Amino acid sequence: MSPQNRSTQAPAAAPADRYREAVSHGAGAVVAQRLGLPRPSTLRRRGDDDALLLGPALVASVPAGDDASLAPALARLLRQAGATVVEAADGATASIDKRSKSGAIVLDATAVTRVDDLDAVRAVLAPAVRTLGPSGRVLLLSSSSTAGGGLVLDAVERAAVRAGLEGLVRTLAKELRDGGTANLVRIDAGGVGEAGGVDRDAVVDAAASTVLFFVSAASAYVSGQVVDVSVDLGRAGDAVRAGARTPSVADQPLAGQVAVVTGAARGIGAAIAALLAARGAHVVGVDVPAAGDALARLVNAVGGSALALDITADDAGERLARHVVERHGGAQIVVHNAGITRDKLLVNMDEARWRSVLAVNLTAQLRLTRALLDTDGALTKDARIVAVSSTSGLAGNRGQSNYATSKAGVAGMVRALAPAVAHRGITVNAVAPGFIETEMTAAMPTLTREVARRLSSLRQGGLPVDVAETIAWLADPASSAVTGQVVRVCGQNMIGA
Amino acid sequence: MTTSPAAIVGGNRTPFARAHGRYAHASAQDLMTAALDGLVARHGLAGMRLGDVAGGAVLKHSRDFNLTREAVLSTALDPATPAYDLQMACATGVETAVMVANKIALGQIEVGIAGGVDTASDAPIAVDDGLRRVLIALSRAKTPRARLATLARLRPQQLKPQVPSTAEARTGLSMGEHAALTTARWKITREAQDEVALASHTALAAAYERGFFDDLLTPFAGLERDDNLRPDTSMERLGRLTPVFGRGAGVGAEATMTAGNSTPLTDGASAVLLASDAWAARHRQPVLAHLVDAESAAVDFASGREGLLMAGVYAAPRLLARRGLRLADMDLVEIHEAFASTVLTTLAGWEDAQFCATHLGLDAPFGAVERDRLNVAGSSLATGHPFAATGGRILATVAKLLRERVDAGAPSQEAGVQRALVSVCAAGGQGVVALVEAR
Repeated sequence: MSPQNRSTQAPAAAPADRYREAVSHGAGAVVAQRLGLPRPSTLRRRGDDDALLLGPALVASVPAGDDASLAPALARLLRQAGATVVEAADGATASIDKRSKSGAIVLDATAVTRVDDLDAVRAVLAPAVRTLGPSGRVLLLSSSSTAGGGLVLDAVERAAVRAGLEGLVRTLAKELRDGGTANLVRIDAGGVGEAGGVDRDAVVDAAASTVLFFVSAASAYVSGQVVDVSVDLGRAGDAVRAGARTPSVADQPLAGQVAVVTGAARGIGAAIAALLAARGAHVVGVDVPAAGDALARLVNAVGGSALALDITADDAGERLARHVVERHGGAQIVVHNAGITRDKLLVNMDEARWRSVLAVNLTAQLRLTRALLDTDGALTKDARIVAVSSTSGLAGNRGQSNYATSKAGVAGMVRALAPAVAHRGITVNAVAPGFIETEMTAAMPTLTREVARRLSSLRQGGLPVDVAETIAWLADPASSAVTGQVVRVCGQNMIGA
Repeated sequence: MTTSPAAIVGGNRTPFARAHGRYAHASAQDLMTAALDGLVARHGLAGMRLGDVAGGAVLKHSRDFNLTREAVLSTALDPATPAYDLQMACATGVETAVMVANKIALGQIEVGIAGGVDTASDAPIAVDDGLRRVLIALSRAKTPRARLATLARLRPQQLKPQVPSTAEARTGLSMGEHAALTTARWKITREAQDEVALASHTALAAAYERGFFDDLLTPFAGLERDDNLRPDTSMERLGRLTPVFGRGAGVGAEATMTAGNSTPLTDGASAVLLASDAWAARHRQPVLAHLVDAESAAVDFASGREGLLMAGVYAAPRLLARRGLRLADMDLVEIHEAFASTVLTTLAGWEDAQFCATHLGLDAPFGAVERDRLNVAGSSLATGHPFAATGGRILATVAKLLRERVDAGAPSQEAGVQRALVSVCAAGGQGVVALVEAR
């Protein structure tokens, strides 16, 4: 099959954010600045340029001088991925040239265990953040390992300090400007290393795809998130390691893989299909028969194949599993993207609205997943299941009791299923999009849409490709250490936790 | 040389739309492209070079001489895929499949698509023959004086456009009038015709309801089902319609053919994916059935000795005899419903001992077809009949029906094989029948 018809472009252009365009330059920019109006910046996305980062990455470790510091291994990872790295071995930032803008700050805080250590984190971050350029990245790594010596009260302080880091990162995410994001990766080193010592290379190997996702332009609309990485799982999976791979546009980590994407005909699903195809996967696009013409256009554009299927049908799971086995010899990736809304206040919510939303958004995901897991050969070892949840589900949303219930249910499904299938090397994660610019949001009343757009730290809606990039990270063979996670793609939406 | 029959891998069509309706602004090329692209998407053929794409249309503008090739260039197929047009009236769609299947059987190609399209909404309109001669002479005229002299030959009545019709060139009779003659000859009743029409609508509606067409059809221009389908029709409603054919002189019987038991003008396109078993296995594609054999026939309708649409009656016994099979060996029979009476006169011919002896050269009647084996997912009376698209519709439908019967372990005339006979009549007194088998 020739790749000539493949496209790396999402087929549906997102509607324009005219306000953002108006205040980004010229008179509009001056007026907005004088009046103190929000000035959302243009987010740097993958494909805008070839670099991992536009400025050097500052890599540091706190507390300074820790023998188990991950900083050297992190620096090596970033260098292999093409970044210029400044290592602040002493934990200070003196080595940063104040005039040049840095691209990212990667801070290893896995050894932060005492309240006093938190001040050291502040001391490193405060001057470093000042050097961040546009779409700058702050990534903290902390530990979630329960192991550790000392009294019970020491463990309590460790837990308090680690939770404190979450508050710090979420606040920093709100304080950053110009497209900057801040995220936290919590590493469970598990049984790695000997007698208290930690195999730093194994830890960074397991976290590599996650670190590269968060420092790169792929995570443009992901901010204020906390993601757990389990080193044991990373080692248990096939030794597919990100290593020196540069996450460039031309990269094809999914070459030879088969990816099932439900609701692929349009919107976010089409963007997911297009990106997974661009990364090398053969996409089996699934959508209702009525969307067959849009689905055909999409899969033909990305060199995939179409399966017209009502995922709420009784035999949908069997049919999908059989199709995947017979036609493709199994799938490596399943993306449960299909979803519908039927909004009404709960007091006015009728059975039909309730049932139809739950059927598509939750029941179908459960049933398709069960059929795929139960059918021999439908999912390969180390398969990746990624479900689409929603910030409405995590935070609640007026008028969406049915939708929010279904989407919160998806998050619950992911957390419960992940440990149950870990022995097969299968990971199960969810993404929770916030306000994403699609045909659906374009149809919202103007004022509602404008308010919704500005209600995030990045002060703009995300693009379908931002959701797709997050899914591509979770679907990557190198992401075997990430499972049971619910990652928001919401620009740190102000609504909810 | 050993041959091995081509596999029917899958099919796709647009929903069929009544003329001058939902597809009023779609060209034949648009429709053919849509049918092909839906098939390409379902089978993941984007960017692939196929051995051949054969298609055609009955109503065809001269600019569309390369209609199928132009459609291929608009699809996601590798532009290095060759294509050709073929025209055999309403049998075009079956004949393209026979051509592609034969090339596959001979090993000349491994995989190809056969299809057809017709749109009465985008029909070519010709100019009067007198005007045409004047215009050609005008292009030959070299001097202004000669040009003026040529133009002076123009007459107002020559400006009347000539819309294509279904009238036979040799008799001047429309296809419906021809069918009415045959209907009267075989004494087919109005009630029997309405029963065939009702069964067609009922069966098609049921097939849609159970999702049968989910992988045989791709929506087009907002249409998801054939808009000629009347799921709620009844004998009473059909009985209220006024006959439209057979009212002229010479029929010699009561007019029985109505808009309800005749097919309307329809727009649509269909495509069937055919391949060798090896190709299908290599690409993990399904084999629904095999297009085992086919036979064409033609009858002398111009003299009035035989009915215009009766060729299939002659072709089927020849085909099955060659294969050592009887009509009773067929698990399913698909007879294109140009008119309900076409089905009924075909069946009557096969059942009539004297006709079978004198016209078909058979010692005994060819046989009867139980209605539960006939057009079980509906046919042209319900779907409509975009001429060249009908063959592809029937072949994909019957191949999937046979596969379902094999998978369900349905009883068959011969253990381990499900067989179907397909018969499609065509203008010019022609017809093509095909034998389709699934194991």
